[in-house]
Amino acid sequence: MDLHLKIWRQKDHQSEGKLVNYDLTALNPHMSFLEMLDTLNEKLIVKGDEPVEFDHDCREGICGQCGMMINGLAHGPLKNTTTCQLHLRSFKDGETVLIEPFRAEAFPVKKDLKVDRSAFDRIISSGGFVSINTGQAPDATAIPITHQIAEEAFDSAACIGCGACVATCKNASAALFTSAKITHMVLLPQGKEERSNRVLNMVKQMDAEHFGHCSNTEACEVECPQGISVLNIARMNYEYNRALFLRKK
Amino acid sequence: MILDSKIPEGPLEQKWDNYKKKAKLVNPANRKKLDVIVVGTGLAGSSIAASLGEMGYNVKSFCFQDSPRRAHSVAAQGGVNAAKNYKNDGDSVYRMFVDTLKGGDFRAREANVYRMAECSLNLIDQAVAQGVPFGREYGGYLNNRSFGGVQVSRTFYARGQTGQQLLLGSYQALMRQVGKGSVQLFSRHEMLDLVIIEGKARGIIVRNLDTGEIESHAAHAVVLATGGYGKIYYLSTLAMGCNGSAIWRAHKKGALMASPSWIQVHPTSLPQSGDYQSKLTLMSESLRNDGRIWVPLKENETRKANDIPENERDYYLERRYPAFGNLAPRDISSRAAKERIDAGFGIGPLKNAVYLDFSKAINEQGKEKIQEKYGNLFDMYLKITGYDAYQEPMMISPSAHFSMGGLWVDYELMTTIPGLFALGEANFADHGANRLGANSLLQASVDGYFIAPYTIANYLSNEIHTGKISTGDPAFKKAENEVKNQINGFIKINGTKTVDHFHKTLGKLLYDYCGLARNKEGLEFAIEEIRKLKQEFYNDVKVSGQGDTMNTELEKAGRVADYFEIGELMCYDALTRNESCGAHFREEYQTADGEALRNDSEFQFISTWAWKGENNEPELIKEPLIFEEIQPTVRSYK
Ligand SMILES: Cc1cc2nc3c(=O)[nH]c(=O)nc-3n(C[C@H](O)[C@H](O)[C@H](O)COP(=O)(O)OP(=O)(O)OC[C@H]3O[C@@H](n4cnc5c(N)ncnc54)[C@H](O)[C@@H]3O)c2cc1C
Ligand code: SF4
Ligand code: FES
Repeated sequence: MDLHLKIWRQKDHQSEGKLVNYDLTALNPHMSFLEMLDTLNEKLIVKGDEPVEFDHDCREGICGQCGMMINGLAHGPLKNTTTCQLHLRSFKDGETVLIEPFRAEAFPVKKDLKVDRSAFDRIISSGGFVSINTGQAPDATAIPITHQIAEEAFDSAACIGCGACVATCKNASAALFTSAKITHMVLLPQGKEERSNRVLNMVKQMDAEHFGHCSNTEACEVECPQGISVLNIARMNYEYNRALFLRKK
Repeated sequence: MILDSKIPEGPLEQKWDNYKKKAKLVNPANRKKLDVIVVGTGLAGSSIAASLGEMGYNVKSFCFQDSPRRAHSVAAQGGVNAAKNYKNDGDSVYRMFVDTLKGGDFRAREANVYRMAECSLNLIDQAVAQGVPFGREYGGYLNNRSFGGVQVSRTFYARGQTGQQLLLGSYQALMRQVGKGSVQLFSRHEMLDLVIIEGKARGIIVRNLDTGEIESHAAHAVVLATGGYGKIYYLSTLAMGCNGSAIWRAHKKGALMASPSWIQVHPTSLPQSGDYQSKLTLMSESLRNDGRIWVPLKENETRKANDIPENERDYYLERRYPAFGNLAPRDISSRAAKERIDAGFGIGPLKNAVYLDFSKAINEQGKEKIQEKYGNLFDMYLKITGYDAYQEPMMISPSAHFSMGGLWVDYELMTTIPGLFALGEANFADHGANRLGANSLLQASVDGYFIAPYTIANYLSNEIHTGKISTGDPAFKKAENEVKNQINGFIKINGTKTVDHFHKTLGKLLYDYCGLARNKEGLEFAIEEIRKLKQEFYNDVKVSGQGDTMNTELEKAGRVADYFEIGELMCYDALTRNESCGAHFREEYQTADGEALRNDSEFQFISTWAWKGENNEPELIKEPLIFEEIQPTVRSYK
């Protein structure tokens, strides 16, 4: 199959970027989207041009490193799918495909399709953990956690930190990402003790990183490759208010 | 050179306690005077960095991804082993030790294997305390299941994303220390050389992958937790960035490599579909619990799977290994698949796969039940291949997966360079010639959480009076210059072929001659070919862009340059082991019915290798394996 690509090329954060056209022919529809970009890059390199820089690593939908806007959608047209798990069979022969980086003030573009998502790491280091030292933990089964709760915690813990929720949000809010971690932790007995400090610190950090506010458009849930629910955001808001309330008392 | 494995005194069960009792400590006030570099943020790297940070050392943590949370440990699906005996099915540390040693075809050190089993008890506790949501029974207690090659339930899991959840636990522990300032984080930094001063590891040279800057970092000890090098085969289950460069550069500075040719090939990955393909996705091994593996009886079969009647199918695993059938261990299942594919019975567009068929299970248990058990895997299969495995059998094929080899380490996880430690998949320890499923997450984690915190402290206790190590030392300048020269060299070549072209060609060579099966002629041929390919690479590779900016092609070039040398060493290693054991199947050494023939009287040792300079043959140094507790027996799964 053939594709016409319009790809965002930007030398570095300071430079201005622009869309550049590339045509690819005789592509195998079983190819993944990233393999299609590999194919393009092979061609560019042989010609002596610089290849398109994009982020990726595991190529199996679990590391969260890949991610770009494809025809205006984070990770492309398929639901609950990362860019690396998207295949050309999801496109039409001869289609024009627009490829851009994830955009948000908190995710500065580094080059071409690569953006800096280290703000997420800083949100985690502000409180997204249980303060347990390594080495001497109590017996794991001594604190029972019902199957139901463990599974619910898992649903939130499954976030891969890809940033699609931010990129797709018109306010560039990191609420889905942050709330997923807060929910994961607060559901489990291990994480309950620190719940107030955690939510206050993480929300503060989220703001400091210049993520926007959540205005409940729910676009994030639609684009999230892991199907993280917006109910997490409701839980975060509850936890936040609870923490403020308890602190005043 | 005589290798000292430093195995402590006493009976097996007391060795680790004896070690800990005698290990030297560093006074808390002195810890902040000591710097440690940790390269890698997988389970091994993030757990040791977090542990050392917590203890009060100054830690610098490096990884090449944009965030430590993306280290390849994140991809592990199946589970992690621990001899907790929660199921009361007779599991114990001793039983786990025996299973692991036997699974590794008696090519691992008893003391290390025992310690891993022993520490497994604490790992689950540690992870749960961090908030890892392991699978639970309805009553609230931890659940577990059994995994290939053993008869007890000792595998703990978090759905099909155990590696992800364990890694998030250790990543969060790491980020907590980063927040406190006890660990400094350098993501998007790649280690390109090791710096040695007066015989000790004293620092590293890294490239900032965002800016292209070359930096020096000094420390009192260096820990490499850089994962496996199975990506040398190009097509593998590993992430694109996985590489062997950090350990290889350390090897060239004097650290010995052990068992480089032992690379596990996983039987249930998705087959290659074209030459554009960049990786092979692993399908969980758990599928083999209900899926039956077969190929057509007729060569070059053209009918669709569902049109081939039952009596024209060859369920070759059930035929050859009636006792274990479709659950035969990885090496055996992979080899049996290759045997059928090579004999002309492979299926799929490229005739490179075998069927994994659920029709019987669906008939007997109903589609719902199968959906409940494996639904996510069937969805993944559909997403990647476009085929519905409820309607027709899956296509699977063997793929390179895990490197049992790596830097040689002693019982303290220290390499032959004082002050240089290797943890997790980067070292050779514990798995012998074949790794049992779910033991690798375990090994990486216990190395970092429970073992290295003691052994590194023991080493550092002698470093208190050393004072700050300065990057002003000429050794740093020299190494920096070497790294810069190499980088400029790649760019100057300006040839006609891409880095990936060379990587793919090398990978194919290794699959064919140093993969699932090896023989003398093939290995000798491969060594010649690899040398030629390497020559061609240095004459004709094309790396576009510049050295002093972000440049992914350049990153790849450095890794592939090292792969040539690692590949050559793999072939040497395979060539000198005139026996078949675990992942190493030498065609000359097999029984009449095609099973591996181990040779304990001559090869009961670990092959370690010393670098002797470019174009010189490496030197083989043997570490004899002494079995005090159990006597090697023949592995049989018939
Ligand atoms: C698809 C898949 C499924 C698996 N499933 C299981 C399973 O179910 N159970 C099990 O026990 N095991 C499993 N394994 C194996 C297991 O995941 C790995 O062996 C283990 O996670 C390795 O951990 P590690 O910490 O040693 O290395 P990794 O997690 O690979 O981490 C390596 C780190 O080193 C860094 N690094 C590497 N080179 C450099 C450099 N030069 N400079 C800077 N940083 C560098 C990387 O950035 C990364 O942070 C699986 C593996 C794969 C590929
Ligand atoms: S919540 Fe979903 S979209 Fe957002 S970072 Fe996590 S996985 Fe990605
Ligand atoms: S490359 Fe890892 S999720 Fe896509």
